[in-house]
Amino acid sequence: MRVSFTVNGRPQEADDVWEGESLLYVLRERMGLPGSKNACEQGECGSCTVRLDGVPVCSCLVAAGQVEGRDVVTVEGLADFAEQRAEHGGCASAAPGSCGTSLDAARRWEARPADSQTGGDTALAPIQQAFIDAGAVQCGFCTPGLLVAADEMLERNPTPTDADIREALSGNLCRCTGYEKIMDAVRLAAARQGEAARR
Amino acid sequence: MTTDTTAATATGTRGPVTASAPVGTPTKVTQGAGTKGGIGESTLRPDGTLKVTGEFAYSSDMWHEDMLWGQILRSPVAHARILSIDTGEALATPGVYAVLTYDDLPTAVKNYGLEIQDTPVLAHGRVRHHGEPVAIVAADHPETARRAAAKIKVEYRELPVVTDEASATAPGAPLLHEDRDDHHIGHVSHPNIVHRQPIVRGDVEAARRRADHIVEGEYTFGMQDQAFLGPESGLAVPAEDGGVDLYVATQWLHSDLRQIAPVLGLPEDKVRMTLSGVGGAFGGREDLSMQIHACLLALRTGKPVKIVYNRFESFFGHVHRHPAKLHYEHGATKDGKLTHMKCRIVLDGGAYASASPAVVGNAASLAVGPYVLEDVDIEAIALYSNNPPCGAMRGFGAVQACFAYEAQMDKLADAVGMDRVEFRQLNAMSQGTLMPTGQRVDSPAPVAELLRRVKAMPMPPEQQWLAAGEQADVRQLPGGLSNTTHGEGVVRGVGYAVGIKNVGFSEGFDDYSTARVRMEVVGGEPVATVHTAMAEVGQGGVTVHAQIARTELGVAQVTIQPADTQVGSAGSTSASRQTYVTGGAVKNACELVREQVLEIGRRRFGTYHPAWATAELLLEGGKVVTDGGEVLADLVDVLEDEAVEVEEEWRHRPTEAFDLRTGQGNGHVQYSFAAHRAVVEVDTELGLVKVVELACAQDVGKALNPLSVIGQIQGGTTQGLGIAVMEEIIVDPKTAKVRNPSFTDYLIPTILDTPTIPVDVLELADDHAPYGLRGIGEAPTLSSTPAVLAAIRNATGLDLNRTPVRPEHLTNQS
Repeated sequence: MRVSFTVNGRPQEADDVWEGESLLYVLRERMGLPGSKNACEQGECGSCTVRLDGVPVCSCLVAAGQVEGRDVVTVEGLADFAEQRAEHGGCASAAPGSCGTSLDAARRWEARPADSQTGGDTALAPIQQAFIDAGAVQCGFCTPGLLVAADEMLERNPTPTDADIREALSGNLCRCTGYEKIMDAVRLAAARQGEAARR
Repeated sequence: MTTDTTAATATGTRGPVTASAPVGTPTKVTQGAGTKGGIGESTLRPDGTLKVTGEFAYSSDMWHEDMLWGQILRSPVAHARILSIDTGEALATPGVYAVLTYDDLPTAVKNYGLEIQDTPVLAHGRVRHHGEPVAIVAADHPETARRAAAKIKVEYRELPVVTDEASATAPGAPLLHEDRDDHHIGHVSHPNIVHRQPIVRGDVEAARRRADHIVEGEYTFGMQDQAFLGPESGLAVPAEDGGVDLYVATQWLHSDLRQIAPVLGLPEDKVRMTLSGVGGAFGGREDLSMQIHACLLALRTGKPVKIVYNRFESFFGHVHRHPAKLHYEHGATKDGKLTHMKCRIVLDGGAYASASPAVVGNAASLAVGPYVLEDVDIEAIALYSNNPPCGAMRGFGAVQACFAYEAQMDKLADAVGMDRVEFRQLNAMSQGTLMPTGQRVDSPAPVAELLRRVKAMPMPPEQQWLAAGEQADVRQLPGGLSNTTHGEGVVRGVGYAVGIKNVGFSEGFDDYSTARVRMEVVGGEPVATVHTAMAEVGQGGVTVHAQIARTELGVAQVTIQPADTQVGSAGSTSASRQTYVTGGAVKNACELVREQVLEIGRRRFGTYHPAWATAELLLEGGKVVTDGGEVLADLVDVLEDEAVEVEEEWRHRPTEAFDLRTGQGNGHVQYSFAAHRAVVEVDTELGLVKVVELACAQDVGKALNPLSVIGQIQGGTTQGLGIAVMEEIIVDPKTAKVRNPSFTDYLIPTILDTPTIPVDVLELADDHAPYGLRGIGEAPTLSSTPAVLAAIRNATGLDLNRTPVRPEHLTNQS
């Protein structure tokens, strides 16, 4: 079957999709977006977390066909997504999904020149920068899913308590860090977000 | 290639660097003391940006035009004869390119293994454990490959299983490997015992008579899985020269290569390996997984072949931590001095040897813990059984022993009537102590100090669930959002533990690393390039290598080349050894480069300034300077268009084998120590445990990157928490089949299960090690588990002689 949906603000199409294929498989193997990770394929680890119409989901548990006509944000689009949200003055009180890219914006979308050698010129979402700064990245396999989940939480709840952070990220397994630096990163991103809002 | 341009990202000033580690103050002007982004700073990961944008290429992300997908058919039973294999229907499936079995292996070498080559590439007439590879398939879609594998008809005749010491050594027990000819068979009492290491020292019987208190215990340690998040995967690409290029996630490229090439019938230089992104390891990637299978399929089909395990398969695709039975007897005088220790440690190695012999050596030589004990009688063995193969996992034999001896310490302290921490401090080893192997500990061993520090850390407040206000925040309580209690039936407990781990490969192993360092001018700036085969598995070795190069060469720009087999071996990313050994190799190569650069400088500019000949010269800020700070030349002018390159092997001091009868020998390179204090709250009615805080104090010698050091300690601590209260691979004792190979049934700690982990870092230099550093990755995994167990015992008053502890153990339902 053919499946058409929006990924990171850009209309995408996949042909010859087998009925059993997951959204994760289509993203990784058909659309060249391997940022979302496959670590358990049964919705336990959160490594494949993406936003589907604004809602964080395990893309391994979403059949590709279910995504027809809908809007997906992956880790690859997180920086753009956060930038647009910031430009629109944040959307903590808006309905889920309203931060998605408009059709008009989607048409104007073009690939960002990224320096994959140094990353020096790469625009990052605040949560991405905070993960680097706080030492929340070790092997990094859980990182994409955690970033998408943490970014979504900070959108809903800009001033989370520690218990709020733990609750929101409890569906994302990490085996390297013991989560402390992840807590630091989310607190840091929240603090920076708060500072930016006051300016 | 990852380039780290330091200036903006590497100084770590923007982040909330919580490291409290004191940074060493140089007493004199030394090389690199003034270099930005050098050792001792919390520089940020050079691969950080790629990892947060999703661009970092893990082994499972590899893609190649025209690539096929490989699939492994595994045994559904633990022990059986294979009567027949029919691949016809699978081969006839559209989209299938190859189906291979044992009969298709191209050379006489059909087994592999880290130390003992007892593991079949594909089963030959017999399977010895649940999940053993039997056949492999290549197809154009992973689902096609899976379905084709399911069409392979294998006829099994099941055999009786061996699952523990009693069944493995019973008269007439089936032998796992009848024709053993490895070098351990001569000193074991039964062919189902892989290796036996006794350690005897002093006169235990005489010492026993001096004891006023004798405490005995029988302990059980469950089978833990590494549960790294990035499942086994890789891509094999056939090359025009008949060789193969293999992109894979591993812990040691050259060890893989040594095992892969003979099976393929290729010389090692025709199997070119490159490290792909590695999603964690923790010991689980020391053994081969899909490497040979992918290469066989690629060479057979002439097409690139990718294999990616799913989580289910990953549980069968790598070795686990040895489950263990440990029997300990300790004695103490009424003053609280330890008199003697006897112990017997039985590790279940499963169907194949893997790292079992070395795990036995570790368990035996570290069985006494970080305590002064002159009269000991120790025996450790590993079994062959039909259980899943066990081998390396973070802590490597020392973890199981620590769980048992720390429980013993609490029991002894109670028997003597002493405070549990004071009892440990009274008996703690220190620099100069003789290990039971006769090895003198010749660097700091601050065991009592670590206990003091961890005990002195502030306690978390009581009843934190009320902090939110009048309403209990159930998220802070055992059971969490299941809302099973609002504090009724909840009791707090506190427990302490301390452990000792060896660093580096032991027992006489030639544990070297190789580094190639190049210095040249690129774009008007001096640039250092570091090339090693070190497997970056998440630990941050690439960060540290760049720091070392900056410190030693005084440059800002360091390029870290991808790890591959085009450079000499870097040894394994295990045994807490990489910063020590490959870090040492990078330091050494940098020093040699620096000498050559200074020699060029003397040749070009020596006549202009006498200091070239007389002063101690340093490389700082891209310049040659004297130790008095006078600038002699710019490195750009010294080097011009010349490049200086050095590739050198580097070794730590040698170790010795342990004597097979007495266990005597200077077997270890270095020792590493950590202590934990656990605070738990237990719902005694439901048996639910909330670990409230898990504080750690560790001596790291020298923190080359404090942020990474703390990350390692917190990560290791959390894996210890996992085996304390949740993680266990359940193997059916009747069938030897694995019952919970998924993240639904095998639980690792989530962010809700993991408490705050305050860390106190001590830096006491080991003069034998580069920069005085101490390997740190494993020690925190040792003491974490017994500290949590001690806290639960303290809360409940129960004995709890097994780990992990499950609710039924706390409610007397088991």
